[in-house]
Amino acid sequence: MNKQEFTITVYTENHVGLLNRIAIIFSRRKINIDSLNTSPTEVDSVHRFTIVINEYEDVVRKLCRQIEKQVDVLKAYYNTENEIVWQELALYKVPTDIIASEVKVERLLRENGAHTVVIRKDYTVFAVAGHREETEALIKVLEPYGLIEFVRTGRVGIIKGSNRFHERLKEFEMKEPGEEAIENEFLNENEKVFSM
Amino acid sequence: MKAAAEKKTPAISPSGDGGISGSLAVLEAMIAEGVDTIFGYPGGAIMPIYDALYDYNDKLKHILVRHEQGAIHAAQGYARSSGRTGVVFATSGPGATNLVTGLADAMIDSTPVVCITGQVFAHLLGTDAFQETDVINITTPVTKWNYQVTDANEIPHVLAKAFYIANSGRPGPVLVDISKNAQLQLFEYSGYEKCEHIRSYRPKPIVRKEYIEEAAKLINAAEKPFVIFGQGVILGKAEKEFTAFIEKAGIPAAWTIMGMSAIPTSHPLAMGMLGMHGNYGPNVLTNECDVLIAIGMRFDDRVTGRLDKYAKQAKVIHLDIDPAEIDKNVKADVPVWGDCKETLPMLTGLIEQKVYPQWLQKFEQYRQKEEEKVIQDELNPTGEILTMGEVIKTLNEQTSGDAIIVTDVGQHQMVACRYAKFNHSKSNITSGGLGTMGYALPAAIGASYGAPDRTVVAIIGDGGFQMTIQELGTIMQFKPNVKLLILNNNFLGMVRQWQQLFHEKRYSFVDIQSPDFVQVAKGFGIPGKSISERKDLKEAIKELLHSDGTFLLEVMVGKENNVFPMVPQGRGVAEIVLSKEEI
Repeated sequence: MNKQEFTITVYTENHVGLLNRIAIIFSRRKINIDSLNTSPTEVDSVHRFTIVINEYEDVVRKLCRQIEKQVDVLKAYYNTENEIVWQELALYKVPTDIIASEVKVERLLRENGAHTVVIRKDYTVFAVAGHREETEALIKVLEPYGLIEFVRTGRVGIIKGSNRFHERLKEFEMKEPGEEAIENEFLNENEKVFSM
Repeated sequence: MKAAAEKKTPAISPSGDGGISGSLAVLEAMIAEGVDTIFGYPGGAIMPIYDALYDYNDKLKHILVRHEQGAIHAAQGYARSSGRTGVVFATSGPGATNLVTGLADAMIDSTPVVCITGQVFAHLLGTDAFQETDVINITTPVTKWNYQVTDANEIPHVLAKAFYIANSGRPGPVLVDISKNAQLQLFEYSGYEKCEHIRSYRPKPIVRKEYIEEAAKLINAAEKPFVIFGQGVILGKAEKEFTAFIEKAGIPAAWTIMGMSAIPTSHPLAMGMLGMHGNYGPNVLTNECDVLIAIGMRFDDRVTGRLDKYAKQAKVIHLDIDPAEIDKNVKADVPVWGDCKETLPMLTGLIEQKVYPQWLQKFEQYRQKEEEKVIQDELNPTGEILTMGEVIKTLNEQTSGDAIIVTDVGQHQMVACRYAKFNHSKSNITSGGLGTMGYALPAAIGASYGAPDRTVVAIIGDGGFQMTIQELGTIMQFKPNVKLLILNNNFLGMVRQWQQLFHEKRYSFVDIQSPDFVQVAKGFGIPGKSISERKDLKEAIKELLHSDGTFLLEVMVGKENNVFPMVPQGRGVAEIVLSKEEI
């Protein structure tokens, strides 16, 4: 088993201090977080963390259990890259005069799916949403033309197989949760459980 | 929710201008939660709560400790001897940071404690105000939950949550930090409602019947099954269910240091203690059993030794309330998630009544070997100098195993846990996971408040005693009945043992000097005695146990005695050695 990229999705209450509580689960084990994004969800009071790390699956599974053990965490999932639809957003600041004079640049931007965010006399800002390779590719493209600044967000991702969290939340709010509320990862893997 | 509403305690009469203070709400929460004893120390940022406490003297006992670390260890001792939640009050800044060791200890040993700390006024947060410290962030890794209150309106429900979280599921420490303005603030109080549900928190995972069935199948087919259990049995109040299970199954059982006393040490299926200084048979036979049933324990490295040489031949069944413990250190073939008070009876119902005479005989053979090579010399030494073991043996003879034994950390702890006899649960109180020296004296004070009808004996080394020796002042003032037994070998014995065995006897800073403990105790108004000869031992222990109130007995023991057996670090449990020649 090799290290690979995992996206951890954590649904939580929206409380002060929770970011630290989650972050130290990683730092205590000396695991580096590649990117972290916090955002609201489709449910009003529920918050969502999207965390990307490069680790062994065994480690990631244990991390998720430790995260889920936190009182204010509703649920933690981990997924490999192909189990989620994901995007990152990158911004590029480039001198306007070069863009204006070099037709080639305009074409390159179009090819890379960039769109213009702002145009000023002195600089122009482009944005690209996509996978890491795509946003990185444009850095290379723009570097010869005087790229002034580059910045990229953390990953946001949607789990391909997930249902609305809403439904799950109803279960959580009940005092006696139904079977659905507990995910026993062994449940559908009987053959794996006893073969070891 | 209707039933819960009926349980509300009536709001106490408003204080004139439409409400009560946050401080009063804190104390009302204590009353509603059935708290009878608080361990604490006042200071600037918690003064409003202490002011309110002035009028609650008849309802809440407050024990003024001599250091906040003493307060939290006392609260831990209280929780461990009573099964109820221990409560601590401390002020902001240094008061709060002094709790950290105890929080870490309670976290790793799953002890239910609620700490209330004062905090500077909310408008001063982040200004480096006097005695301001970021206690929430400092304590996040060592609390099950923590929360900062800056508005009195939050106090009732936050404290209800705190008590619910601390003592449900896998228990643990909770800290609530309350800013001074919230303590002073008057608010409309509508009574206290106990918390029974938090949507993001599930204390008990749902029991999966198919795994109980799978576990029963494995147990019924086993030829050499072995039960190892931890504090989960005690915390789950499942001693009866556990005993019924092993008795029907006929399976030998060994405890971790934290599980000790869950069943009487004299039980015919009780095989002793696991781990680094545990018993010979249970360690060796862990690597010989065919089904290993782990109940309410977490496979600490002191229990497992080297993991890749641990029980590789066995099918592992792991019962635990905390899903994060399953597969954390040892892969479970059958994970049984749930509260063992629920899962054990289900399992007992599915297993066959059995006995394993040959398998038990194996344990007996190892016990005899250990008896010959280690125990005999430790309990009945022929040399002139006293051993720790014979002190514990003499203590056993006089308590008959009915006492609560509180131990500190080090050689005396291992010897006490190896040889102490127990008849009742919740009787072995020690710092297991964190190994906190200085734990025993304050924990014993707390234990005596948690179980006022029982004899509490604190067994402490000369090093650990000096770490929290100031709590003798607490004993002086509040007169709890604690029997202090110091086993003095004039060394930091466990470190010295390691230096002898693994560092070519380079004794680096382990020759600790001690004051005259009897004189020190005398200064605190505590009677005491020091002995060094065998002929005085019985009488001295008798005096210790039968004195009115606290008594300090110092026993001078062999300086360079070692604790054996031992699983040297980095070796497998089956590589346990009985003497230093074998290392």
